[in-house]
Amino acid sequence: MGVTTARAASATPAPQAQEQIRYARWLEAGTHAGMLVLVLLFLAYVAGLTAPQVPPAHLVEVWGLPIDEFLRATATPTGWNWVALVRRGDLATLVGIVLLLGCSVPCLLALLPLYARRGDRIYLGICLAEVAVLLLAASGVLTAGR
Amino acid sequence: MPPEQQKGRSSIRGAVCRHRVGKIALQTILALEMSPKGNLLPGLSAAGLLLLCLLQPLPAQAMDAAGGAAAMAWWVWPLALFFACFLMGIVAVPAGIGGGTLFVPIVGGLFPFHLDFVRGAGLLVALGSALSAGPMLLRSGLASLRLGLPLGLLASISSIAGALLGLVLPPALVQTALGLIVLGIVLLMVLSPGSEFPNVPESDPLARALALHGVFMDGASRREISWQAHRTPMGLLIFVVIGILGGLFGIGAGWANVPALNLLMGVPIKVAAGSSSLVLTLASSSAAWVYLNKGAMLPMIAVPSVLGMMLGARIGARLLDVLEGSVIRRMVIAVLLFAGLRALLKGTGVWA
Repeated sequence: MGVTTARAASATPAPQAQEQIRYARWLEAGTHAGMLVLVLLFLAYVAGLTAPQVPPAHLVEVWGLPIDEFLRATATPTGWNWVALVRRGDLATLVGIVLLLGCSVPCLLALLPLYARRGDRIYLGICLAEVAVLLLAASGVLTAGR
Repeated sequence: MPPEQQKGRSSIRGAVCRHRVGKIALQTILALEMSPKGNLLPGLSAAGLLLLCLLQPLPAQAMDAAGGAAAMAWWVWPLALFFACFLMGIVAVPAGIGGGTLFVPIVGGLFPFHLDFVRGAGLLVALGSALSAGPMLLRSGLASLRLGLPLGLLASISSIAGALLGLVLPPALVQTALGLIVLGIVLLMVLSPGSEFPNVPESDPLARALALHGVFMDGASRREISWQAHRTPMGLLIFVVIGILGGLFGIGAGWANVPALNLLMGVPIKVAAGSSSLVLTLASSSAAWVYLNKGAMLPMIAVPSVLGMMLGARIGARLLDVLEGSVIRRMVIAVLLFAGLRALLKGTGVWA
């Protein structure tokens, strides 16, 4: 190892960089928000409080199909078209999934002022590039099928 | 021979095959767990065994007949997924392999869902367990943001390419390749035991430019450990390949992150496992968007899986700081061996 320093037995974590703590805080907030929305909407869906696009009893019959056949059999929308049908219970649950998939973006944006102030252009560029990659993936522009 | 009789014989052959594979897997686990050191934690051993036992009966009901799954009440499946993923979550984070690595071969092999949906859910599961553990790991220094960001960026880009490829290739080919990859992971884990504190006398220029070093308090040894990375250019290249595999199979690829960080880049095993979670939050998100936009993200499969995995991962993240790496390793090797064999046999049609 590079350097190993023996220290008195203590469970106190070593102090971490400011950006690491900030990223952790934002990531935790985003994860909690996403999970809360996901759980509530999923419970509403399985409890039958919201009408689904594909009823659970029918879903059992079609979830073994390849994706293209499944989409034809259930008229499930692709891309962001599900937003127009967000009142459907199963599609509403996607809101929670979207929050989880997107929660890294605000974390990365929160780092930008720190890196900018410090003049750390490398990590400023890395954060901006990662945000661009995530937004491109989310856009639905990139797609493929059999 | 009448078709009914042929079907009956085929069903019996399938049952015998399942029994033999299950028996071999359980014998392997027992052999691994009765190693001379014998220092496995009873709770974790039980979790691994319980995971296999829980999953054993499922294929008989799920795969024997096309209508088998439909005949069962729909709520049985999300409930079974939740419990299976809870157990997987406990072992996934301390093993540094990400939930998706266990989820896809196990659920893809033993549940009645098409592999497209399993891979979509697998990425969300990998993301969920990484998100659940990430903040705690970052605060304690067991995950390094400076290490995770550049690697995560490359893995994100390539995981999108992998996800697109996975939606084009025939499912049987993907399943077979998945089985081979998982068995390859087992081999990698057996042959490369890893180094808890690798010796890195000097970091490379790129590692110095990116400031790839840090310090963390090791809960097991009660020592403050400083570390630095080396061989960074090769590490970056490896993470491009890892990203493709992660997106292609929906497994998140934590299994490859940890050996790459530990054995290649010289990062202590615990920081490698923790930073792997951070890389997974970025790479899995990117690939999961592709599956979501394609309509391959079924909430009925993904949500119980994520919830179970995240709850399990919270326990797993706490174990990361205090457990010995070798304990976790043996248990994960056993479970992966079973899952890899199952995926390979399913992909080749031997155990469909």
